[in-house]
Amino acid sequence: MTDIIQKVKNLSIGFRSKKGEEILILKNISTNIKKGETVGIVGESGSGKSTLALAMMGYVKHGLYTIGGECQFNSSNLLKMKSKDLEKIRGRKIAMIPQNAGQALTPNLKIGYQIDEALQLHSDLDEKEREKKISELLNKVRLPSPETIALRYPHELSGGQQQRVAVAMALAGTPDLLLLDEPTTGLDVTTQAHVLELLNFIAKDTGTSMVYVSHDLGAIAQVSDRIIVMYSGEIVLEGPSRDILKRPIHPYTHGLLKSIPKLSLAGLPESMPGSQPQPGIIQSGCSFFDRCNFSDENCKNNSPKLEFLKDLNTSVRCFNYEKLVNESQASQTVNKIKNKSQDKEILNLSEVSISYAKQKLLDQIFNRISDDNPTVKDININIKKGETIALVGESGSGKSTILKSIAGLLRTKDGLIRFDENRNLSSNLKERDPNDLRIIQLIFQNPDESLNPNHTVEEIIAQPLKLYFGLKGEELKKNIIDLLQKVRLGEFYTSRYPRQLSGGEKQRVAVARAFAAKPDIILCDEVTSALDVSVQAAVLNLLQQLKEDFGTTYIFVSHDLAVVRAISDRVAVLYQGRLCEVGPSNDVYKFPSHPYTEVLLGAVLEPDPDIKPKLVAEDIVEERPPEKGCSFQGRCSRIVGDICKKEIPPWQLTDSGNAIRCHIPIKELQKEQF
Amino acid sequence: MLFLIIKRILLGFITLFIVSIITFVGTEVLPGDACTTYLERQAFGEQLEACYRRLGLNVPAYERYVSWALNAIQGDFGYSLSGEMPIKEVLGPRIKNSLVLASAAIFIGIPIALILGIITALWRDKLPDVAISTVTIFAMTIPEFISATLLILIIAIWLEWLPGIVIVPTDVSFLELLPNIILPVVAIAMIMTAHMARMVRSSVIQVMASEYVQMAILKGVPYWKMVFKHVLPNALLPAINVVALTIAWLLGGVVVTEVVFNYPGLGRLVIESISNRDLPTVQALAIILASIYVSINLLADLLTLMLNPRLKTLQIRK
Repeated sequence: MTDIIQKVKNLSIGFRSKKGEEILILKNISTNIKKGETVGIVGESGSGKSTLALAMMGYVKHGLYTIGGECQFNSSNLLKMKSKDLEKIRGRKIAMIPQNAGQALTPNLKIGYQIDEALQLHSDLDEKEREKKISELLNKVRLPSPETIALRYPHELSGGQQQRVAVAMALAGTPDLLLLDEPTTGLDVTTQAHVLELLNFIAKDTGTSMVYVSHDLGAIAQVSDRIIVMYSGEIVLEGPSRDILKRPIHPYTHGLLKSIPKLSLAGLPESMPGSQPQPGIIQSGCSFFDRCNFSDENCKNNSPKLEFLKDLNTSVRCFNYEKLVNESQASQTVNKIKNKSQDKEILNLSEVSISYAKQKLLDQIFNRISDDNPTVKDININIKKGETIALVGESGSGKSTILKSIAGLLRTKDGLIRFDENRNLSSNLKERDPNDLRIIQLIFQNPDESLNPNHTVEEIIAQPLKLYFGLKGEELKKNIIDLLQKVRLGEFYTSRYPRQLSGGEKQRVAVARAFAAKPDIILCDEVTSALDVSVQAAVLNLLQQLKEDFGTTYIFVSHDLAVVRAISDRVAVLYQGRLCEVGPSNDVYKFPSHPYTEVLLGAVLEPDPDIKPKLVAEDIVEERPPEKGCSFQGRCSRIVGDICKKEIPPWQLTDSGNAIRCHIPIKELQKEQF
Repeated sequence: MLFLIIKRILLGFITLFIVSIITFVGTEVLPGDACTTYLERQAFGEQLEACYRRLGLNVPAYERYVSWALNAIQGDFGYSLSGEMPIKEVLGPRIKNSLVLASAAIFIGIPIALILGIITALWRDKLPDVAISTVTIFAMTIPEFISATLLILIIAIWLEWLPGIVIVPTDVSFLELLPNIILPVVAIAMIMTAHMARMVRSSVIQVMASEYVQMAILKGVPYWKMVFKHVLPNALLPAINVVALTIAWLLGGVVVTEVVFNYPGLGRLVIESISNRDLPTVQALAIILASIYVSINLLADLLTLMLNPRLKTLQIRK
């Protein structure tokens, strides 16, 4: 057939272990990419999806090698091609858009040069024409003032801009096939939605085929015509994207879709137990067997083949897919959470401002901070005992900054942080007494960095127990095991080191460490962002369970609005370090009232091809909050006049208890919801 | 940018000032002084006092420091005790000799180190890497007094190709010095080159594994163009500081090698003047060595700043 652009045939890629065994990363993969089609490849980390995408360019990472099979492009096998010939295909016929553009752009070369390089290699244009073309390309990816951008270095651009440059660079060679490796992971929700929209536009405009690799079903749903689901180096499900998302007939995809929190559903999603088997662990039977709810004896002993179902136009690797055919995604069940907060106030922030400005000599001497336009300003929040309050906003909104100040890691400029109605918490960590430190514990985003790699799990959890309660010997050991069991880890974990744990297990250890101090408040800083979706659901469920057992209060920071929706009782929306809206999550999500909340919610990607993101505002990055007026004036699409530029908007209360900071009257705001 | 350079230069001067005070105080608190050393057993009564007067040691320490420092800035370090001649004149040829030795080692060693480092990194785990890496690790681990002695034994004594030790007056001309310095240069360059080649190797390997190099490959950039445009500029930046330290180390005198080869350089002068208790010379040497380190590190920092676009803009923004 002529309309197939890339043909992957029985591809196996792997590495040799220290013992000399052959370990497979990709197991016998076969698939075709058609002209003009966008194929999404989904899977959790370690499923081999990136290795597959790179193989489609004839690239195999250092340490890996091709064991069998081929990747055919124009009927020649890329994996056997000489590098001279590959250089003519890479960038010209097949181009790659990398995951992290910030690291994929060479730091010492200007943006213009890096695009020019691609043009020099893959086009016959002369210098003048190339210069024009660079501007055209930068314009096409909607970067403002291309001429100045071309003269900048990569680090002088924001994350979204870097990603756009990477897209422009890939388009320079007018490729027939674009490979995208998690191109929007790590970007803000709004930026992500804009980049995806751009990619969709380019796919339509140029008719380029795309292979879109991601762990995020939400993003995949927006761009792809066809979806390939990978698990443990195998294709487990392949078919038209609508069918896969609406009627996932493989238990893994089914579970995966169920574990993603949705905006439309309050409450925690079901989690999928277990984790993907490590490569090299050879087991008989289906690789998904021990995590599957639909498995039987047959699955344990025989591995299923990828079977093409003609009437569904889908390939599936499962013996029992029929059980799933009739079940649809709509049957998603969630564990509704009850708001158990009491009326008692536990933490109160009043008029808190925080500044990152460098202290001048005079200020250092008098030990004061002077900054007229601090990073975070006028934060007033009452937090009730037992509630989960979420701080949401894009990067740079000051949400983590506020957490740091509550924890005492960062001095406040003005304002008070009060605990239990009358106890003032000093803004300086050194001046807090041990009990002040104990009552507030922090869980960080990345357990790889927050757990000491040279300590065993036992030592990690023992630290707070020894420090705050002076436990020793038998009692200490008993407490540690108790805590491990609370976070669903067995006793045998005590002697392990963090590197011997999976991502989810590590985060559980971090949770156990936080609870060891018996804190009243736990600050969660993007605790699930570094985890796979199925693991994320499990950690969220665990946090909820622990909260119900201990009556802890959570302050939850996240950029993922669906996660926030799932776990929180109340939401505070922040922009540029200023509060925009505070209210019960049900109301914030039901009546998006503040223009910024509207922008954020509109940009959320749902794993449903029928729900398209709504792009309300431009994704400009503002370096500093405006000097006066409303913090959101720079990007707001509903500015009512000069008043927005001059006066700080007043707080307005809705009937349901939402507080909104906007110049537009409440009634009007609610009318114009989408 | 300019502000930063001025700040760094000022900091350099402050460092030198502190070094000068430490050496001055150090020599001051040591038991005995120049005159007791010089007069040995006659160090008492009239003679001692006459000596103090002659050397100006009868005034308070801080006054002596000030006058010494003022003279030192103008390049006048006073008189050496052992040779009874101006230290300036003692130092001059020694500095020249050390400079000759160091620059020979630098001009031979650094290019070889860069080339070896890059080759081993690009052919990582292949034959060239394994062969060169084995040799460099070998060269790195053998102490220089052993390699220097072996060189003398093989080349000078067995083969009789080159002189084994340097027996020339300190103020010999360059051409006459040349055959004499070949062995010392080889001995120093071996260890230095091996160290730097290892450093360059790991730096290049790190950059080769980076995402932007993978991206350049996937963009279809030909191999050598990628190496020169995308890899080396980024890999060699961190090498600048190591090279600077090595140069400073070389100029400061490679004591062991100089002693083994009897080479009249700064390093040997340090040893000699310490064992002779020639305090004025020790002071002068301390200040000169410190200024070499400070100025070369300053140059390296400024060079890094100029070549690294990241640091450049950061500074401008502040």
